[in-house]
Amino acid sequence: MEWEPVIGLEIHVQLLTRSKIFSGASTAYGAPPNTQACAIDLGMPGTLPVLNEAAVRLAVKFGLAVEAEIARRSVFARKNYFYPDLPKGYQISQYELPVVGKGHLTIHLDGREKRIGITRAHLEEDAGKSLHEDFHGLTGIDLNRAGTPLLEIVSEPDLRSPEEAVAYMKKLHQLVVWLGICDGNMQEGSFRCDANVSVRPLGERAFGTRTEIKNVNSFRFVERAIQFEIERQIRVLESGGTVVQETRLYDADRDETRPMRTKEEAFDYRYFPDPDLLPLVISEDFIEEVRRELPELPEARYRRFIEQYGLKPYDAEVLTATRALSDYFEAVVRQAACDPKLCANWVMVELSGALNRAGLEIDQSPVDADRLAGLLRRIADGTISGKIAKQVFELMWDSGKDADTLIEEKGLKQITDAGAIEKIIDEIIAANPKQVAQYRAGKEKLFGFFVGQVMKATQGKANPQQVNALLKEKLQGGG
Amino acid sequence: MALTLEQVKQIAYLARIGIGDEDAARYTHDLSSILDFVAQMDAVDTTDIEPMAHPLDLPQRLRPDEVTEENQREKFLAIAPAVENGLYLVPKVIE
Repeated sequence: MEWEPVIGLEIHVQLLTRSKIFSGASTAYGAPPNTQACAIDLGMPGTLPVLNEAAVRLAVKFGLAVEAEIARRSVFARKNYFYPDLPKGYQISQYELPVVGKGHLTIHLDGREKRIGITRAHLEEDAGKSLHEDFHGLTGIDLNRAGTPLLEIVSEPDLRSPEEAVAYMKKLHQLVVWLGICDGNMQEGSFRCDANVSVRPLGERAFGTRTEIKNVNSFRFVERAIQFEIERQIRVLESGGTVVQETRLYDADRDETRPMRTKEEAFDYRYFPDPDLLPLVISEDFIEEVRRELPELPEARYRRFIEQYGLKPYDAEVLTATRALSDYFEAVVRQAACDPKLCANWVMVELSGALNRAGLEIDQSPVDADRLAGLLRRIADGTISGKIAKQVFELMWDSGKDADTLIEEKGLKQITDAGAIEKIIDEIIAANPKQVAQYRAGKEKLFGFFVGQVMKATQGKANPQQVNALLKEKLQGGG
Repeated sequence: MALTLEQVKQIAYLARIGIGDEDAARYTHDLSSILDFVAQMDAVDTTDIEPMAHPLDLPQRLRPDEVTEENQREKFLAIAPAVENGLYLVPKVIE
């Protein structure tokens, strides 16, 4: 039988605020344990949570970016459970009335586009951290993270393969970083994913029983965990069994998922409205204010790059991977005032390659957009060849000088004087009679040898088009 | 509305309250009476009445995103039963 996977993702995005969602404690990562956990975060009696305006603003920003309904009135609820890293015995979350309603996100996969529904996004507080190293048989608790604002973004079960799930996750990651609402750091847990997975016979409309895979924190592991889980469920069903609705953990070392909680212990969270917090009311003015702060979104910029600059979809996708990269590319195009495809190639190949090798991000690039544009102008106007430009680029990377200065200093200006090139070609033909004879006898592969000789003699400065044309003429011409 | 003994035991378990069998039977009776008392509300016609999330008919006030709390770790650690290296210690969570 052919099976169809049905996948929905719940993604926890840590919002980029300075202070916590309900207290004035710092959210900075990496502080000594428990130095950023105040009385409110610890759930001390007599404290009152007060909602952080920035957390609301960032949630609304996300909602507008995915064209979702923004709830004019939403409610905070208590999700009750006991765990040592949850000091109050409940997590403040939103249940029936979340701040962000239905929206959508478009993913690109293998040249196809697909719109993925977003069911909702709600504000909640994060829990602390349990440290399971042995403290004389006890567990250590660090509550610095308790009360950090999270936006939990729930997708519709619209994803049909592990690849689609990862494409959606990456797209969402790109968006929240682009919007500046999350730092996107997955190692530090700023972007975490739970996956709901089920399978059904292809063509069947009803959903199969789903399992939830908890806390998978890399794109690669999400793909593998979902793949494993799909195969496991199919094996169970094909051998006549039934899938049990349960929470499973992905074990990356063994590349498998394992049940985490048994059915008997299934949680009953007993949600109810938090009496400490009044309903969150969001005004039209507030929403419009946030709307005005929205940058051009990645999807819009991707389409514009294709239309305005004639880029291939793949190139437009690469160049809009981050807002910083796309800003850089546009600055280069604007200042170089030459073929955008030349700019795209240089940003994607030479610059990105050099940044990768150096382990730098685009905003740390030693060569800024202005200087790269200066270099590309010299390729466009024929002052230097593309090959020499690579040398100049390396010199720019190391020296901080601009392209014109380096071309002048190093004498790298292209030789376009046909007479000078002809003279060099004549010398080379004279010095290599054997190769000339072989070429003329039909061994045309040797053409490259002659080009190489000319380039060597001119330190690569001869104009390649002229060299090709003149060489061809001279090699054919003589007898 | 009559609760069952099982439901009462489950509620006690979820709240991590240890109750004996004798108590459980008494709570089953008492809690059921409380629910019956509240159930009188079911008779009230609430058509056209918007449910409230809070007895106060006010919106939530928002706080500016500023760090206003100082580190008071030592004071909090001082009232915890077990601490080490700035951490609160609790019985082992996982095997």
